[in-house]
Formats: sequence, structure tokens, C-alpha cells
Amino acid sequence: MPFATAPAPHVVAPSSVARVMRQVLYALIPTVALHVVFFGPGLLIQIVLGVVTALAAEAAALRLRGKPLPPFLLDGSAIITAVLLALCLPPLAPWWLVVSGVAFAILLAKHLFGGLGANPFNPAMVGYAVLLVSFPARMLQWLPPNVAGLEPASLSFVDTLTTIFTGMPPARFTWDAITSPTPLDALRTDLALGMTMGEAHANAMFSTFGGKGWEWINLATLAGGGWLLALRIIRWHIPVAMLTALFVCASIMSAADPGGYAGPLFHLTSGASMLGAFFIATDPVSAATSDRGKLIYGAGIGVLTYVIRTWGGYPDGVAFAVLIMNLTVPLIDRYTIPRIYGHAR
Amino acid sequence: MAKPGVRGGLRLDAHKERSTAQALRAASSVETLVLPLDQHAGAPAVPLVKPGEQVLRGQPIAEPGGAISAWLHSPASGTVAAIEPRPAPHRLGAPTLSIVVANDGRDERYAQPAPAPFDQLSPEQLREIIGRGGIVGLGGAVFPTAAKLSSAVRGQELRLLLNGAECEPYISCDDMLMRERARDVVFGARVLLHALTAQTCVIAIEDDTPQAAAALEAAIAEAHDQRIQLRQVGSDYPAGGERQLITAVFDVEVPAGGLPADVNTVCLNVGTAAAVAYWIRDAQPLTNRIVTVTGDGVLEQRNLDVRLGTPLAALIYDCGGYTSRMSRLIMGGSMMGQSLPHDGMPVIKATNCIIAASALDLQPRAAEMPCIRCGNCAEVCPATLLPQQLHWYAMGRDLDALEAYGLMDCIECGCCDYVCPSQIPLAERFRDMKPALTERLAARGSAAAARTRFDARTARLEHIESERLAALAKKRQELAKKSS
Repeated sequence: MPFATAPAPHVVAPSSVARVMRQVLYALIPTVALHVVFFGPGLLIQIVLGVVTALAAEAAALRLRGKPLPPFLLDGSAIITAVLLALCLPPLAPWWLVVSGVAFAILLAKHLFGGLGANPFNPAMVGYAVLLVSFPARMLQWLPPNVAGLEPASLSFVDTLTTIFTGMPPARFTWDAITSPTPLDALRTDLALGMTMGEAHANAMFSTFGGKGWEWINLATLAGGGWLLALRIIRWHIPVAMLTALFVCASIMSAADPGGYAGPLFHLTSGASMLGAFFIATDPVSAATSDRGKLIYGAGIGVLTYVIRTWGGYPDGVAFAVLIMNLTVPLIDRYTIPRIYGHAR
Repeated sequence: MAKPGVRGGLRLDAHKERSTAQALRAASSVETLVLPLDQHAGAPAVPLVKPGEQVLRGQPIAEPGGAISAWLHSPASGTVAAIEPRPAPHRLGAPTLSIVVANDGRDERYAQPAPAPFDQLSPEQLREIIGRGGIVGLGGAVFPTAAKLSSAVRGQELRLLLNGAECEPYISCDDMLMRERARDVVFGARVLLHALTAQTCVIAIEDDTPQAAAALEAAIAEAHDQRIQLRQVGSDYPAGGERQLITAVFDVEVPAGGLPADVNTVCLNVGTAAAVAYWIRDAQPLTNRIVTVTGDGVLEQRNLDVRLGTPLAALIYDCGGYTSRMSRLIMGGSMMGQSLPHDGMPVIKATNCIIAASALDLQPRAAEMPCIRCGNCAEVCPATLLPQQLHWYAMGRDLDALEAYGLMDCIECGCCDYVCPSQIPLAERFRDMKPALTERLAARGSAAAARTRFDARTARLEHIESERLAALAKKRQELAKKSS
């Protein structure tokens, strides 16, 4: 009797790229939810804009490259790029910011290098970096968190939509009335102006650990990241190395000069620390590959994040830290090949 | 990181319950047996019989065709019907020269020379006699056992490792052998210990085969042989890979490009040990083996004691025939087994398992996606390779990088393939790239040998030249002395 043949192995685990990407997206739900709680519905609009742009750019790039749409368009990777970038933008940022950032990320950072699996740089971070250096003013217009003591101007969903699509808040608000720097940005500015940590910390936006709202968002991201770890979608090496390096740098500096530098807990719970550690630095395509390599790569991101945050001129350091370490990946990979079974070290 | 240890691996569904639920029984006799002459590793055997000749069961019908080769015996009495190319499973259905025996059903036995008690033979004699039994490794690699034993003996203290860790899904022939014929395994172990002048034997089995463990414990106790011990190892695939098992049991790594003998170990399958027992104790050469017939594509799943040369179709018939869901015929396990184009091929010494696989046994592969470097493959690789990097370099056919990243250390277990979310057929890619790299390494090997030869010749010529010059100078000196 004749039978069709196939190469071994004859069984494979029921996994797929799309499934991995879906799980990453589910893991971001707590972060997105708390972001909306503290900063209003702006993020949701940004995500919709970003995802639509990402899918359109992905489809256009696939068409240009003569690749089939079905497996790639719906693999979820473009959607993750859009959501991660949207999470890094001010919730009221004008529509063209997220659209141009995502389009740049997908078309140039991803497809110009060969598409899924071939991009040396994290596409979302490339998009973010381009927006930050091109439109710094727009990128700094963050909102105060919706917590007691800060009483932010309450923008309705329609107000939010109007602001995003016209680039201006409704007439009854002014930019100054509705925006606020992020705690990380505020602290950096204040310290640069010669204030001490104590003086800067008197601002109502700070709480015991970090900034109000932000610390909860970071904890939600930590929870989502923990879930990814439990599912074995990501491995512990990069997040642990990055957060440890950030913690150690901040501990040393704040111990040396408590008045001049923020403490480790502030750094861990501020800005994109957790998002960077669990969702951005862990992007496997642009990260180092061996376990030792991942530790070096993660630690490098942690150190650079601290350096850029502390002495740099940007509101956060994660994006540039990730991009710089992306550059070092080929070198790290080359020098951290694990010892093969039966070979001497 | 330098510490040896078992790395990677997978916990897989064993799929062995159904085939081990039934007792071992002999397969039905068939009219025609086909015996490929090259069914063992090394040189093909050379026929000792001619078409039309009468043969008896156990009669040698082909002798070794080289230093690494094996004897072949008739599994039945009857007539040599032909010596001609026939499709063979180890050639994936391509024809290979085979002796075809028409079974007369009388099972008249060949009178073997009377065996002496094995412990009265010298180890050298014993090894030579083991070779005459046609015994090869029955774990699947079919390396001639006598050659393996002889090459391992280099005057060092050896230890014997009997591999009963049947890690691949679906295969249960060793498990059934150990459950039902543990005494034969232990007897074989004692013969092999003598043949190797070894003092220790570890029989390694997986920790999920309690019946086999109990049977072996009893057989070892009954043999009163302190040299033999049972050892249970974890049941993660590929625990029974030779190198992985040696590392799990003895905590040493077999050096790359080396052999177990380099770490003073000889590793043989438990089925091979039993075959040694049948030959040395009972004067029965290797003409039968246990084959697992399993999978959702066959009606009755079980283990059969099968005469070599029996068509696969007959085994399936013996097990109630195919089910309507039958789709793929696999020789071996689900991870490393080879898929066969038809069932008109014979059982050979390497046939440990036949999976008649239905869609329930197979996981359909989704469309291949690009590698996203997730690293799942590296995590499960028992050789601590980086399959994602190997894949990258295999795509670019970069032989330098493939060598540096250890392609030749890949044992083709398929673990990387199994876990790949992008559904990349990594094991197949690596198998495909190996010949090119092997060829290149061989070329470099011969280049190195040529350079050594050239250097030696140059040195020799230089030596001759310098001696000539020295002699000349001496002569000149003498002449000068004389003339002065």
C-alpha cells in the first residue's frame, strides 16, 4: 500500500508565531487598563490609530515585497509594534504622531531589513526614537494622572478625540491646564535646575515609591510580564538583568548622594521600566540569543537606561538604551556561544 | 557551565500504553523473507548461498564484507528464491541487493557448532564468536557489535552501559523485552562483561517503566552478579540518546568526534544484550527481533517477535490491518522515525517500531514562518547548540559558521523542530546540510594528511641533503688534510 512521506519529526508542539504574539498582547491588557484609568481614553484611540496604520503599512510592505498577506498580516507582530509605541506616546498626542511613528517602524525599521524575524532594531523603539528627536515638544505633553490631589482637567471621550484629531484641545482648555510632565521628566528637570531630591519630591505628582499612577501601571506591567514568564513566552534573563542593573546603578548613585539622585524604587516603578524589561527588551528578534548573551544584553539596557535618564536630555532612557544594545547583539552573540556538548570550554 | 549534565530535552506523550497492554507474541509465519545485505552499518555482507540452494533456519547465508560488517542468517528453512535488488526500508524504499528466502514452513534448524560455556573462552574468542551471531546494535544504529566491542578494548578498565531508556514516543519493544525477557538481558550482560573484561554493568531504564524495573531487579538478584546494577534515569526525550544516557549515568561527556570508549564506556541496547544471550547460550543467531506495531492507523497495537525479512504489510495484517484513518507509515518513533512510501518492505535488524499513524498521531505542520529567534530551540537542544543560529547559517549555506556553531554535534533528535513556533523543519534542514559539511571536513582532513606527508617528505629530503653536505664537507676536509 502506498503512503505519502514526510520528514521527521512527525509531531510538533501546537504553537505558532501568531499564538505567541497574541499571548504578548493579552499580557499587555493590565497595563493598558490602568493606563486608561489614570490617563483617560486617549491611549485607546492611539492604539486604534496605531493598529490600523500598522496593518496598512504591513500590507503595503508585503505587497511591495511580493510576500503573501495571510500568514504575515495576521501574525500579530505589527499589532504589538503599534500597541507598544502607542503606550509610549502622550495620550493626547496628535493623530499624525502615532501614524507616522508606526508607519516608520513597520516600513523602515521592520520591512526594509527583511520583515518578521530580520529586523536588527526593535521597530517600536525606532518609531519612538524618530518621533522623540523630531517632535520633542509634542512628545513631552503628558497628562497628570487621575488621582486625588492632582485634580486633572477632565476631558471627555469626545474632547480626547477632538484633541487628537485637531492637534489642539477644545477651546475651554489650554495645553498648560491639561498637560503635565511625567514624574521622570519632572524630576530630571528639577534636579537639573539645582533642586534637591527632597525639594523636587514635594510636588504632589510623587508618591512614596515613584510617581502617582505610574507606579501602578508599572506594577500592572510587571504582572503581565510575570504571566509571560509563567507561560515561557519570555525567559527571565533579560528582565532580571535589566531591572537588576537599573536597581544597582540607582542604589549606588542615590547612596552616594541621596539629595541628587532618585532611588532605585523610583526608577523601577517609573516611565517604561517594566514595559522595557518585559515587553521591549525581550523582543527576541532584536535581542541576544544565548542565556549568557541575554544577561549581558539586559544588563546593558539597564545601565544605559539609568545613564540616559540621569544625565541625558530625554524624558526616558529605555528606548535609546534598547536601540544601542540592539547594535551590540551581533557581537554579544558571537562571544557568548554556549559550550557545545562534548567540547572543551 | 563547564559541568557535564543532561541538558535540554522534552517531556513528550509516550503513547506506549496500548502497545504494552498486550503480551509479546510471535508474528505469523510468512512465505517469503527478504534480507537486505546492507542492513547493518559498514560494508554490505557477501552472500554465501546461491539461488535455488536449500537453507536451514539459523544457517549463515552471508558473511561480513569488511572489518565493519555483519553475518546474516536465514530466519527460516527453505530455498534461496533469488538474490536481487528489493526495496528496503533503510533506503526509504529504494532497491538494495537482498537474499530472498522462500520459507518451507518446516523450521528445520541449522546445526550450529556446540557453544562452549562463555566464561571458559578468552575475551578475544568470545568477541569473535559474538560477531558470528550476526549481532548488531538493535537500538536502531545497527553497528556490528563485535566491531564495537573490539574497538573499545584498548587495555583500559571499561564499564558496560545497557541502554533500556526507550525515550522516543510509541516505541515499546525494549520495554516489553525487559518485562518478559529480563533474564536474557542479564545473561547477555554477563557475556558482554566477560567479552570486555569489564567489572561493572549499568542497565539504564527510564523512571516510567516500573514493570521493566521490577523484572530486571528480579533477574539481577537471581543471577547473583554483583557487577550488574539497575539505574533509573528521567524520562525526558532524548534520555536514551547514547551520549545523553552516558552523561546522565556516569556524569561525563563523550568528547566531540569521539566515542563512548574515550570515556571508558561501551553502550549497547538491551535488545542487543538479549541477542547475545540467544546466540551464546542458545546457539540462536540474530534472525528475529521484537517490533512494536502501533499507531491509530492499525487495529491492534502490540509487540511482536518477528523473523527478519517479514514484510511490513504482514505485520500490519497480523495486527488486524489498517484502520480507515491510516495515513503515514513510520519506521522508528515519532521524533526520528523515517516515513516509508509503502509497506512492501521487510523488517530489518533496525526495525524497532512501525507506526501506522493517523491524523490523531500526527500534528499537521502549519505554514513555515520566519524564525523570530525566540530561543525555544536552544533551550531544548540536548547538545547545547543554538539551532536558531544554525538555521540562519544553513539558509545562507555558510559552512564556516555551521562548523563553528556545531552542526556536526547535532544528534537530529528533532527537539528544536518540535518546539519551533514558526514551524520551521529544523531537523530536516540540519540533516540536509550535514553532507556538505562532512565532505568539506573530509577534504580538509585529506588536505591535512597531504600536508603532513609533504612536510615529512621535505624533512626527509632535507635530512638526506644535510647528511650529503656533511659527508661532502668531511671528504673535502680529508682531501685537504691529505693534500697539505
